[in-house]
Amino acid sequence: MSFEPPDQESAGLLALAQSVAEKANVGEQVEAFVARSSYTTVRAHGGEVESFTSAMSAGIGVRVVSDHRQGFAWAGTLETDAIEEALAEARDNATFAEPDEWVGLAEPDGIVPVPFDAFDPSVGSMSASRKIDLAIELERMVRAGDPRITGVRVATFSDSTSRFAVATSTGITGAGRGAWCSMSALALAEDGDETYTGGGSTVGFRPDDLDLAEAADDAVLRATRLFGAKPVPSQRVTIILEPRMAATIAGLLGSTLTGERVLKGRSPFGDRVGEAIASPKLTLIDDPTDHRSYAADMFDGEGLACRRNQLVVDGVLQGFLYDSASGRRAGRPSTGSAVRGVSSTPSVGCQALAVAPGAGSFDSLLADIDTGVYLQSMTGLHSGVNLVSGDISVGIEGLMVRNGQLAEPVREVTIASTLQRMLLDIVAIGDDVEWLPGGTGCPTIVIADLSLGGS
Amino acid sequence: MIEQSVLEEVLGVAMRTGGEFAEVFAEDRRNASAVLDDGRVEELTSGRDRGAGIRVVVGDTTGFAHTADLTEAGLIAAAEAAAAAARGGGGGTNVVALDRRSASRGYDIETYPGDVPKARKVELLGRANDAARAVGDAISQVSVSYGDNRRHILVANSDGLFVEDDTVRTFFAVSCVATGDAGMQTGRESVGHTIGFELFDMYDVDQLARNAADRALTKLAARPAPSGQMPVVIGSGGGGVLFHEACGHGLEADLVAKGASVFRGRVGQQVASKGVTVVDDGTMEREWGNIAVDDEGNPAQRNVLIEDGVLTDYMWDHLRARKEGRRSSGNGRRQSYQNLPMVRMTNTYLLAGEEDPEAIIASTPKGVYVKHLGGGQVNTATGDFVFGMTEAYLIEDGKITEPLREGNLIGNGPEVLQRIDALGNDFAMGPPGTCGKDGQGVPVGDGVPTLRVSSLTIGGTAA
Repeated sequence: MSFEPPDQESAGLLALAQSVAEKANVGEQVEAFVARSSYTTVRAHGGEVESFTSAMSAGIGVRVVSDHRQGFAWAGTLETDAIEEALAEARDNATFAEPDEWVGLAEPDGIVPVPFDAFDPSVGSMSASRKIDLAIELERMVRAGDPRITGVRVATFSDSTSRFAVATSTGITGAGRGAWCSMSALALAEDGDETYTGGGSTVGFRPDDLDLAEAADDAVLRATRLFGAKPVPSQRVTIILEPRMAATIAGLLGSTLTGERVLKGRSPFGDRVGEAIASPKLTLIDDPTDHRSYAADMFDGEGLACRRNQLVVDGVLQGFLYDSASGRRAGRPSTGSAVRGVSSTPSVGCQALAVAPGAGSFDSLLADIDTGVYLQSMTGLHSGVNLVSGDISVGIEGLMVRNGQLAEPVREVTIASTLQRMLLDIVAIGDDVEWLPGGTGCPTIVIADLSLGGS
Repeated sequence: MIEQSVLEEVLGVAMRTGGEFAEVFAEDRRNASAVLDDGRVEELTSGRDRGAGIRVVVGDTTGFAHTADLTEAGLIAAAEAAAAAARGGGGGTNVVALDRRSASRGYDIETYPGDVPKARKVELLGRANDAARAVGDAISQVSVSYGDNRRHILVANSDGLFVEDDTVRTFFAVSCVATGDAGMQTGRESVGHTIGFELFDMYDVDQLARNAADRALTKLAARPAPSGQMPVVIGSGGGGVLFHEACGHGLEADLVAKGASVFRGRVGQQVASKGVTVVDDGTMEREWGNIAVDDEGNPAQRNVLIEDGVLTDYMWDHLRARKEGRRSSGNGRRQSYQNLPMVRMTNTYLLAGEEDPEAIIASTPKGVYVKHLGGGQVNTATGDFVFGMTEAYLIEDGKITEPLREGNLIGNGPEVLQRIDALGNDFAMGPPGTCGKDGQGVPVGDGVPTLRVSSLTIGGTAA
């Protein structure tokens, strides 16, 4: 397989990764994953720059497999002595692992990556003063958005350009680059003795993609529409999830569908392939080759080509995601789903989840709800979600839905169900797919019959 | 890590364009971890990260740059980048003379984990796995993790402060899955202290493993948690995260200054029930949130935040304190040299009361007993916070009865503090935590005695 790194710097990283992989002894496999990125973060507050951070960071992760034992070490620098130390440590660490016949690095599988290069040099060449101006302008727009906006906790401009390369002694080579910029603001609104916050953000592959007005309007709307919010009585409700909220639920489902969880008996859907686990309205795909996703990529964390993986089609579970080791154990090919950073070994994960569009706009789905809740935010996802049992319980803020219309604001209430039930209780999926900063593409989703815990 | 003369030179460069304050924070960190999962020692990992972050403050603006290059040239390049980012008015050179101080934490590390053979660490994993699986056939999966890290930091600033510190933390956790007729449940136990391998003189890994397994087994019989408001009793040591979320974050001076805290302007006021005293204490020896100095070089302190229900003070970092013309409270912390410091908690706890914990439960006709809380999250502007219950039971007629499935509880900080109507005499610190704020994680500890909140909203699915 011939593969050309996208630029000279990527080629340099690949050469470095290859030089480490080539040090494999007989009977040993070595993988080097090398990354380098530079970034800027500007935080504006009160019309001034609160902080301006600019930096470059680089690192290497080295995986060694010998006698079916795996060891790993990493360093937060690309200096030669640190790389040598990482290789030696990884070798030493491997001797303490217990052997497993499926452990091993990826091998070339002949699948040709779909070309993708969203790297726009205008991200890296942006002047510091333009970044500052954007952050200050976003703060100004939020403050001007409504007389009740009393402050902006932070308005941020961030950009990053990054390059990575992976090479193994088994013949894998991969390299890529990416650049993005994003802005976000957290508005504070006050009325009487009530204070609310609302966030807005915008992301793009290039500075010209940023939509400051959209981010500012969103922050202002979300901060100002909760005045007077209070708990409502406990009841069973239908919830309407706009794309960013629905993407969170899609992400939870995706996390349970990794081969690693299934093989280790930690997925509630482990024995359900071929069965209806969700409403027939739901189709869920993980596809980093879809270039509309901000997480689109050519290679996974082991250097295999990214590919399109169908997880749920018309409510029926199709299969799971695998990296090379979990795939070998399951008797299946890798789905190109290894995710990783420099400081960890690859694990199996979703990369660019997408829920297929259904029918109807947010407004038309809303109009069909008699009594329900529109969720503006969820809190406690890390403490209230158990992906083994499937139990889900989160705190929410939002607006009640009455007779198909958004009604009074609500806060300090919880909603709860199980992931298994929520999937079956999906009653509508909209056609308004939004591609979110995390890389997920999702439309509005309506789910019936959750428990609301309130007054 | 870096010569004093080099630091003075670098700080001089940082101040040359008109900076009012400059700081070099250097860090050299080594991590080691080992994981057993699915019956097999899967992997040992070693990590090494070192570098320096340099900040320059001009007015309300901070310029920050970091580098993994600790040579004089590398540091000067970062200092120039930070100074340029702060865009000072220019002019003048600044000669910095550093005054070296020592950092002390009042106790010594007995066994540095780096000196312990890897085979001994791995052996602990196997023992815990065997002990957890021996608890019952229903234990269908076990994962065990060991971790240690050693973090050497150096802080030097243009006020002349120069201090170095060396911190060692050791961690051990067991997670179990139990499988029954009604599906799978999980149980976890974790311990961590700011000490070395002597952690395993304090704890028996077999017992930790059995605790995790028992928790998972107990929940197999759990019924759905209630949904709605009722009294909640929180177990000793299990629920410090309640105060971390209910008031801790809201008492961080950076959030207060931006108007993003419900506790803004309330110093001197009664914000909690009488008898409630909340402390943040970085000096607590051996606890997970222990620090000798914070990441701005200021000594750790014991700070009383709420005393007998009255709000006494916020927590402060260097920048916020400087603006108010007061001293930092030793709460300026950062995840690594790649981050700017901000106001963070250390060990946050509620002092014990005088009541018998059993009497607190006995005097609760109907409610929920939360033995262990999971993580939590707060919106400091509204004060609304959630926290997860990982081990909870129903209280009926003053007795602990059936186990409950997991869920979140939700409440409002200022309201919940006023609703604490019983405090036990059985204070204990809880498991090690990682507190996240603006994307940075730092180790924190927490602790509570048994206590009762007269009304909290429970986010279960039962009517």
